[in-house]
Amino acid sequence: MAALAAVTLLSLTACATDEPAASPSGSASAAGSGTGEQSKFFVQADYDAELALLDAAPTGPADKPWEQVLNPTMVDTAKYKKNGPHKICFSNAALNNPWRQVGFKTMQAEVEAQKSRIKEFVHVDAEGKDQKQIADINDLLGKGCDALIVSPNTTATLTPAVEAACQAGLPVIVFDRGVDTKCPVTFINPIGGYGFGHVGAEFVSQKMKPGGKVLALRILPGVDVLETRWSAAKVAFDKAKVDVVGVEFTDGDPAKTKKTVDDYIQRYGTIDGIWMDAGAVAVAAVEAFQDAGKPVPPMNGEDQLDFLKIWKDKNLTAIAPTYPTYQWRTPIIAALRILDGQQVSSPWKLPQPTVTQENLDQYLDPGMPPLHYAMCGCTDLPGYPQRWK
Amino acid sequence: MQTVQPRSLPLRVPRVRPGGVLPILAILAVLLVLVGIRQPDFLAPSSLMSFLGRSAPIILLAAGQYFVIVSGEFDLSVGSLVTAQVVIAARLIDSDPARTWPVVLLLLAFGALVGLVNGLVTTRLRVPSFITTLGMFLILVGAVYLWSDGAPKGGLSEEFRRFGRRAFEDVPLLGRVPYALVVLVVVAVAAVLLMRSDFGRTLVAVGDNPRTAELSGVRVWRTRTVAFILSGLAAAVAAILLGGYSGVSFQAGAGLEFGAITAVVLGGVALGGGRGAVVGAMLGALTLELLFALMNFYGVSGALRSTVQGGIILLAVAVSATRSSSR
Repeated sequence: MAALAAVTLLSLTACATDEPAASPSGSASAAGSGTGEQSKFFVQADYDAELALLDAAPTGPADKPWEQVLNPTMVDTAKYKKNGPHKICFSNAALNNPWRQVGFKTMQAEVEAQKSRIKEFVHVDAEGKDQKQIADINDLLGKGCDALIVSPNTTATLTPAVEAACQAGLPVIVFDRGVDTKCPVTFINPIGGYGFGHVGAEFVSQKMKPGGKVLALRILPGVDVLETRWSAAKVAFDKAKVDVVGVEFTDGDPAKTKKTVDDYIQRYGTIDGIWMDAGAVAVAAVEAFQDAGKPVPPMNGEDQLDFLKIWKDKNLTAIAPTYPTYQWRTPIIAALRILDGQQVSSPWKLPQPTVTQENLDQYLDPGMPPLHYAMCGCTDLPGYPQRWK
Repeated sequence: MQTVQPRSLPLRVPRVRPGGVLPILAILAVLLVLVGIRQPDFLAPSSLMSFLGRSAPIILLAAGQYFVIVSGEFDLSVGSLVTAQVVIAARLIDSDPARTWPVVLLLLAFGALVGLVNGLVTTRLRVPSFITTLGMFLILVGAVYLWSDGAPKGGLSEEFRRFGRRAFEDVPLLGRVPYALVVLVVVAVAAVLLMRSDFGRTLVAVGDNPRTAELSGVRVWRTRTVAFILSGLAAAVAAILLGGYSGVSFQAGAGLEFGAITAVVLGGVALGGGRGAVVGAMLGALTLELLFALMNFYGVSGALRSTVQGGIILLAVAVSATRSSSR
């Protein structure tokens, strides 16, 4: 009896799934309509600005992109001029992912490279907690720092803490994620999420076979930096009238990614393009095709070494837009320039290079660990490569 | 399906033994038919083999969870144990093939150790297993986070990964038989034999009525502790297969404890212990995975999975409670 009841429920659940099934297969024929509604994080003006920056020519030394600036607007910093050596303090949002790990090592190496000018470097890790970071910044203000670098955990919540730091009179430099105030001397970050999402989506739409099916893999909904990547990709796919057969969340989990991609291969026979908003699961997606005995379609990843290796080894049709970890060098350079009273650009927009088939070999260092980010700009820094292993 | 009309069915037909595997077989058959209608290719040997291979970890975890549940306890720590094992394996192997086997042995030992601690804390310190294993879950999550600074280091060797990723090629009739499936079959046979042995009967007796078991000379604490150790070992094997399947990740085991418990309950095993078959639990896991595959074929969003899983737990437990009170 119970068994029958259970069967009834399960088959009802299964039958109920008939209805939504009609819509994806129905919409599959209307190309470009599989991308759903535009993200509420999408801001047209920001999107236009970022896409324009992709083509802008940077000023600064060509071999040092972490010192380059796109469309610079210089600000005066004479009032911060101070004799060295300096004590530089850094309030860090978190170290909880490989990107931040690589970035922080790069920053430490930059500090070492400048050790004649920096007498002390204080780092406080907020462990991904807003409240801790607010307390951290407050503590640092009493420690006699000559300059304060902040990588905020979240934008809105950290804004008052950053404002308080500005009022204390020392130069404040914000990088990576921003804050809702103009009070820091400068805000350093690369072009951003729209640029990232656009580059990958445009490549996939151009390289895949016409009329093919694209699967979009996203980490999580509702995170601004990831939403901008997806929303730019959506615009590109809609414009190219690409048939996006699925937009799935992977939680950054390779096992879930592999199952999801495998499910789509089973359902559609094959998938002709893969777009993703972050490279962490790129290798899992490639493996899903390999293990199913299918050719790996045109796809994007990121500049993590595991993906670059498999790209080279398996001769994939791929591209890797980046959110370069070399941006962790720039705040130290900026702090020292500000303490010298030199002008710096505010905002300081860094170029956001893309790894392509042509320059792949330049970024692929087979000796580096799989989760290393190639765009670290760290090969000339003290301790390379051992520090990053 | 629609043919089922509660009133018109004689209550005694079909006669289903409580805790038997007949109900889950029936559900599985229905799902197979539905899959066959929607996606006939899925039932081809090659894709079926690959499906069974990638479902092996959760089926193993369900078997491990079965031992604990049938003895009257819970093990909520298996998901974080799997994550811990994968992260540990990657760091210790560090892409060096020579370290594969020592690390495999170490993982099994670590799984058994975690099970032993769970078992002893539950039985000797009399902490309810729900709390013990929840505590272990948190301890492992925190310890792994601390040890790895929040991001996995190192890498798994190809030798380690082949258990979860490679297959025997060109097997007559079946095509490609994943190693994971072979491991699963071996463990399943061992589990069935174990449940038919004296230990198995004792385990069920302990779950059914610990007091009676105690009075008839069974050392209840020892039996339950062994059940936890078996669950830890199953988690270790699952971790080896899962790490092999998808590589190192911090999310490797996320949510697997709930998947395993759902599977066990779906397989007709009574929460609180004393009733149910290990084969039922494993079929429950297979059914759950098949249901998810079916949802995918019908284009249902993957986000609904946990909702469906929650519904199944509630329904299966409610059905089983109704049945036992009318016994």
